Amino acid sequence: MEPIGIFEIIIGIIVRFWPTWLGLAALFFVGLTFRRRLGLFGQLFGSSVGVAGIFLCAFWLFTAIFAHIIAPLDPRVQVSIMKNAVPGAIDPETSMVFLLGGDHLARDVFSRMVYGARIVLTIAPAATLIALIVGMMLGLPAGYFGGKVDNVLSFLANLVLAFPVILLFYLLVTPGIMDTPIPYVMAGLFFLFPIVFFLMLFWMRFGSRPEKAWLYMAVTLVIGAWVYSGLVFDADPLGIISIEPNELNIFVAVVFASSPGVFRIVRGLTLDIQTRDYVAAAQTRGEKPWYIMLWEILPNARGPLIVDACLRIGYTTILLGTLGFFGLGMGPESPDWGTAIKDGSRVAQLRLYFWTGVTPAVALMSLVLGLNLLADGLREESLKD
Amino acid sequence: MFGFMLRRFGVMLLTMLCLSFVVFVFVNLEPNLRKLAIFQTEMRASDQDLENWLVRNGYRDNFFLRYGRWIGIVPKQPVTDPATGEVVPRFRFCDEPAESTYSGVLQGDFGCSTAYRTTVGERLPEALKATGILMFWVMVVMVPVALIIGVLAGMREGSRLDRSLTFLSIASTATPEYVSGVIFSAIFASWLGWLNGSAATAITKGVSFYNFTLPVMTMAIYGIGYIARMTRASMAEVMTAQYIRTAALKGLNFRTVVLKHALRNALIAPFTVIMLQFPWLLTGVVVVESIFNYKGFGYLLVQAASNNDIDMVLACGLVSVALVLLTQLISDIGYAFLNPRIRVS
Repeated sequence: MEPIGIFEIIIGIIVRFWPTWLGLAALFFVGLTFRRRLGLFGQLFGSSVGVAGIFLCAFWLFTAIFAHIIAPLDPRVQVSIMKNAVPGAIDPETSMVFLLGGDHLARDVFSRMVYGARIVLTIAPAATLIALIVGMMLGLPAGYFGGKVDNVLSFLANLVLAFPVILLFYLLVTPGIMDTPIPYVMAGLFFLFPIVFFLMLFWMRFGSRPEKAWLYMAVTLVIGAWVYSGLVFDADPLGIISIEPNELNIFVAVVFASSPGVFRIVRGLTLDIQTRDYVAAAQTRGEKPWYIMLWEILPNARGPLIVDACLRIGYTTILLGTLGFFGLGMGPESPDWGTAIKDGSRVAQLRLYFWTGVTPAVALMSLVLGLNLLADGLREESLKD
Repeated sequence: MFGFMLRRFGVMLLTMLCLSFVVFVFVNLEPNLRKLAIFQTEMRASDQDLENWLVRNGYRDNFFLRYGRWIGIVPKQPVTDPATGEVVPRFRFCDEPAESTYSGVLQGDFGCSTAYRTTVGERLPEALKATGILMFWVMVVMVPVALIIGVLAGMREGSRLDRSLTFLSIASTATPEYVSGVIFSAIFASWLGWLNGSAATAITKGVSFYNFTLPVMTMAIYGIGYIARMTRASMAEVMTAQYIRTAALKGLNFRTVVLKHALRNALIAPFTVIMLQFPWLLTGVVVVESIFNYKGFGYLLVQAASNNDIDMVLACGLVSVALVLLTQLISDIGYAFLNPRIRVS
């Protein structure tokens, strides 16, 4: 059968993305209607950079959420007749259109791209969040106390920062290392930080009203222990949260690589904010150091931190792509963009069947571009105040 | 100044020691040693044979002893064949002294590469040279382009030129090497056929526009955006300074103000950024050399790491860490040197 033409391909792709368009329409309707009441998010709709950022990020977010509706095929299904099929080719048996062609293992490139969004948008934001908390928990005391604490922590952060990322990944994300306890120990350590963070947050705030503090802390502990057992020991009693060992390995490596960067930023912000009057006032009131750090300094550092988090999710996406590109950690069948780019960038593959490599490459670029634009918009809006 | 440099140098050595130790721990993990033993002994060796091989070649000695040997502060013992009592080198393809000698990194002996079947000292310099050539051309393209974009964008903040150049910079920082490499090869090598999609001939037949443009372009794109944004910020700040207003009020034309008064002060901050780009470029080198099949340092690192070539990975790690730390040092000293307001005591 003749493959369909380029305009039909474009229309076909637009139609397939219908749940994403619905989601985007809803988001923009809400955003534009309640612009004044939504704070920073509402202000973003005022600048073209911000709108472009929101559009691209939300596009991929909705695509990830509705991946099972948008993608016509499972990302691992092979339809052998469609090996390296051109975009728009039609499967003669089911008469289904392969909108962006088939890859070297005869899988639908479009479906793989859509499912790839799901992988990236689960790992990247989660890893960034953990890295953010680790960086905050270490950067706040380093900046606030200074002295020896600062020296030791800064030296350690500089150690990790001086390590070339690619070498770090080659050492830290290998099949061999999963036989050793290293990834699990590191995961155990990293996932402790959020639990400790929230416990301290509530204790410092409600320490004078114990019944309220205990309630919040008990909830934190229960949820924390549940997620912790699922992620670190893969022994979730409810069986909802589980993670593959190789995904845990990737997660840990990415957190390890990006938390020193957060540490540096938080430390710098703390040094700056520490000199403000409200910190001096809190010190005079006799507040504990950790109360000042968590409830006086941190809320006032949120602007730069949100901007940095946006950029960092983009950077983490790039790191995940690098891992996939070198075939580290992700399974060979995995539909993530990095692996797809690796498969598509072999010399012969790229020369004859360029769409297998270019499709995931464009997808990855547009997501990172969206995050960078969003960060830029946020920075501009927060500078206005 | 001298004391400052001495202290920085001390911290740098300490950092290198710590990092090389970490790399040493990771490459000597049990699964890696096992893989090495399997690779070096016969196909059907039993667990006992593997263990014997590891013991005989000193891989079961005390960990710190082995680390000391690698550095060169503990003498290396020759390996004797238990059957004949003769001294045999650990690997057939590398000579080893027959008596106990200090032979480690400090003495210039980086060990033996099992993947390339030669000493590391033999293979590493040529790879570094190849990468040096690539880096040189990337710098030649990247730095001027980024500085020009940054200065043009920053001299009239908020203008249409500024907005479009800023968007371009953001787009370029969103394009990692493996993305731009794939897209550029698809366009320029596969579709238009103007450029060569492989840089392998650059080593054998020399660098040419045809085989070197794609790798250089791919690497430069990712760095340009970042340097350009830093230059723009620095330029925009300088343009609001008092002395620029004075120069403009004196009646100088805009061109002179930008070129004579603003430019020099605006370029101090980007200098640091450019120096700090080296660690990023290192990752880029690895990606670009893999895509374009250019056998330099990055290619070597990938081959060594994926073939469990322990000594080679250690040497590569040491070189890259030294490079990163050296550029940090140079950027600090250069910054203090360029900016008269900063004096280190």
